[in-house]
Amino acid sequence: MQAINSNTQARSVNLPWRLIVGLGVILLLIIISYIRSPQITTAVLSSTLRQSTPIILGALAGIFCERSGVVNIGIEGMMLMSAYMGFMFNVWTGNLLLAIVGTLLVGALIGAFHALMSITLKVDQVIGGTVINILATGLTGYFYQQGLTTSGKLQTITIPVLSDLPIVGPVLFTNPPITYAAIFLVVIVHLVLFKTRWGLRTRAVGEHPAAADTVGIRVNFVRYVNVIIGGMFAALAGAFLTLEAVGTFERGMTNGRGFVSLAVMIFGKWTPFGSWGGALLFGFANGVQTQIQFLQSQLPSWLAWLGQIPNQFIGMLPYLLTIIVLAGFVGRSRGPAASGKVYSKE
Amino acid sequence: MTASISESPIVLEARNVTKTFPGVIANQDVNLTLRRGEILTLLGENGAGKTTLMNILYGLYHQDSGEILVRGEVVRITGPADSIRRGIGMVHQHFMLVPVFTVAENIILGSETTKGLMLDLDSARQEIRNLSHQYGLDVDPDALVEDLSVGQQQRVEIIKALYRKADILILDEPTAVLTPQEAEDLFKVIRTLTKEGVSVIFISHKLKEVLAISDRIMVLRRGRVVGEADPKTATERSLAELMVGRDVVLEVEKGPANPKEVVISVKNLVVHDDRDQVAVDNVSFEIRAGEVLGIAGVQGNGQTELVEALTGLRPTKGGQVNIAGQDLTGAKPRQIFEAGVGHVPEDRQEDGLVMSYSIADNMVLNTYYRKPFAKRGVLNEQAVREQATRLVKEFDVRTPSPFVPVSTLSGGNKQKVIIARELSRPLKLLIASQPTRGVDVGSIEFIHKSIIAQRDQGVAVMVVSAELDEVMALSDRIAVMYKGKIVAVVPAAEATRERLGLLMAGITHEEPQPVAS
Repeated sequence: MQAINSNTQARSVNLPWRLIVGLGVILLLIIISYIRSPQITTAVLSSTLRQSTPIILGALAGIFCERSGVVNIGIEGMMLMSAYMGFMFNVWTGNLLLAIVGTLLVGALIGAFHALMSITLKVDQVIGGTVINILATGLTGYFYQQGLTTSGKLQTITIPVLSDLPIVGPVLFTNPPITYAAIFLVVIVHLVLFKTRWGLRTRAVGEHPAAADTVGIRVNFVRYVNVIIGGMFAALAGAFLTLEAVGTFERGMTNGRGFVSLAVMIFGKWTPFGSWGGALLFGFANGVQTQIQFLQSQLPSWLAWLGQIPNQFIGMLPYLLTIIVLAGFVGRSRGPAASGKVYSKE
Repeated sequence: MTASISESPIVLEARNVTKTFPGVIANQDVNLTLRRGEILTLLGENGAGKTTLMNILYGLYHQDSGEILVRGEVVRITGPADSIRRGIGMVHQHFMLVPVFTVAENIILGSETTKGLMLDLDSARQEIRNLSHQYGLDVDPDALVEDLSVGQQQRVEIIKALYRKADILILDEPTAVLTPQEAEDLFKVIRTLTKEGVSVIFISHKLKEVLAISDRIMVLRRGRVVGEADPKTATERSLAELMVGRDVVLEVEKGPANPKEVVISVKNLVVHDDRDQVAVDNVSFEIRAGEVLGIAGVQGNGQTELVEALTGLRPTKGGQVNIAGQDLTGAKPRQIFEAGVGHVPEDRQEDGLVMSYSIADNMVLNTYYRKPFAKRGVLNEQAVREQATRLVKEFDVRTPSPFVPVSTLSGGNKQKVIIARELSRPLKLLIASQPTRGVDVGSIEFIHKSIIAQRDQGVAVMVVSAELDEVMALSDRIAVMYKGKIVAVVPAAEATRERLGLLMAGITHEEPQPVAS
């Protein structure tokens, strides 16, 4: 009993301490690099945040599904399909708000489809997800027509006063709406998952559905709702791509982001903040990569050697990082115990 | 005490409850009454229908017929949520706790207290502390369940029920996983609970503790209530008799045995159970070719571990096993099988069959690697098919085809598949554990005939059964196990039900017994 007490205390004390040191080191590095080259630092950091947005949204989608016990490998397809539909809604209505609402509905619908396959029809969940991925590539590729025009994309919202601060201003307070939303959603999903009744039930259903059932929780209902919510988060990631970042649709434009989201979710041990850390890491690698390619000839002398590396290798950086992070961390993380298992009474 | 309980109001009642599963009658016309503040024990062997009955009361299953009354009112319990609302709490044999949640989270799950949108864990903690204090259930609300001992997890389960204001508490085999000390603590808690007006249904097959804790004992056998007993006048012996039954008289036609050379000789065998406690304690016996040795005993006295050790499924901790002239102590299952040992396992679903395989594939599960079923590592489908078709006919397996999954068969036919497989090759020793548990009467007869036929062909047979009638009907000699030891070996001709009952309760010297009511 005594040992258990000290154990749980040790657990809750250790983590923030390491986190604080880690954050301190990162902050120090940012300040050093800002002093040496403010422009590049600001550009890389802004890019980090934007590149991380679809990743964290995808990871949150994964968290909702897997925490409730449904494996969702189809986030890539959900993103792609929603990105396409978001773009088409924008083409048809010319109203960005309507386009976003429409995209979310599409996401909910695909989520419901995945839930139907994996919960009611008991299709193997990895196969179900793969079906969604293949369907998304096929359908969007077939229906996409080139040359469609839209009435624009979501614009940057500059927050008065705060945006004038050095580094922090341009990085954190000069962003388009979905980027802001993603940050809020990380906090909100954390609260929902760990501080509310719904979150407790969701986690119970994903860990030990029989236990949840015996206290009167409707296991499959909880799973359905969570997978549908997950679909909407994946849709928001898709909307980010066509309605905020690029403004138009391209074939296969998600480019593996859905899978990176899953990697990031595992890296973050199925928690929103942990996944956000992973998403920022990936975003940072992407930001560095684009900045190096962009500034190749104008790099300051202390970074000139970077310009010598062939573009193709620089372009690998984020994916390489994903592999390293997964290989290094996945072994040690433990997902929801009942994830991927269909629940049925006897 | 008893007088006051027999006057207190009835809180729960079952009338003529019947529940059948495909091929098995789990409960038949079961009647049960539970009074306020009473400890009612349901006693019965595994598969007697205790857990099914409790799952009906808890709303996990529905009875096919009969009715349930809670506080005098006929109810249809629609599910766990409904039964919780009616004040029924259940502690399952396998705990229903989320290992990565804290004690408090587990307890409030499904009946959460909230402050606005957020969970209110503080008031839950307070409530848990109050309950802990009131009933002597010491547990830290912030500990993770996976860090707790089994006994502590059980306390969490009990608090979970009390937190939901349960005043009818069902404990399904609560002592199965506990050490004797933990069990003693649990009994204290149960007594405190009943003093506070909680009614308890206690499920067990351990005679001693049943006599120690109960106000009233109900004995189930093959899904029926076979008797009630008052713990003040009942003895372990009378309970053991009730439990293993006397209502079905099984007759097996057999001639006298013709024992020849010794086939298996076991010397001073020691085997441990899953919790590393001694389960088989220095056991020695021999079986000769052409005779049946029956192992009788109340379940959980080491029979399972003995069989597992002899068939190579469980390591031995001491002693020697000789089969057909070979030392096979601690040998691998394949070696033992090659020596000519057939095994009909106790749990056919778990250890006897691969449920998703066809009958044909299950029939060659032990011989698939030999000719004619395999040649150079490739299966000979033709031979497998012919074997299956022949055995299905020979052993009267009732199935549309030998190629359907074995899971579609009834209990009796599944058992016939196993018997067919094990008897399809020449044997020296047959070990059959609970060969007719959950099997319909027609199949029982067939299986018994097959076993006796083996004996008459000169096979040494060991039959382990919880059914005293079965042991008496099949055996030429009967060994009685009690607490891991063979307390006596009796020639079947001299064995009486009374004598075996005494031995099963661990009484080896015949003493004058008070007449059990």
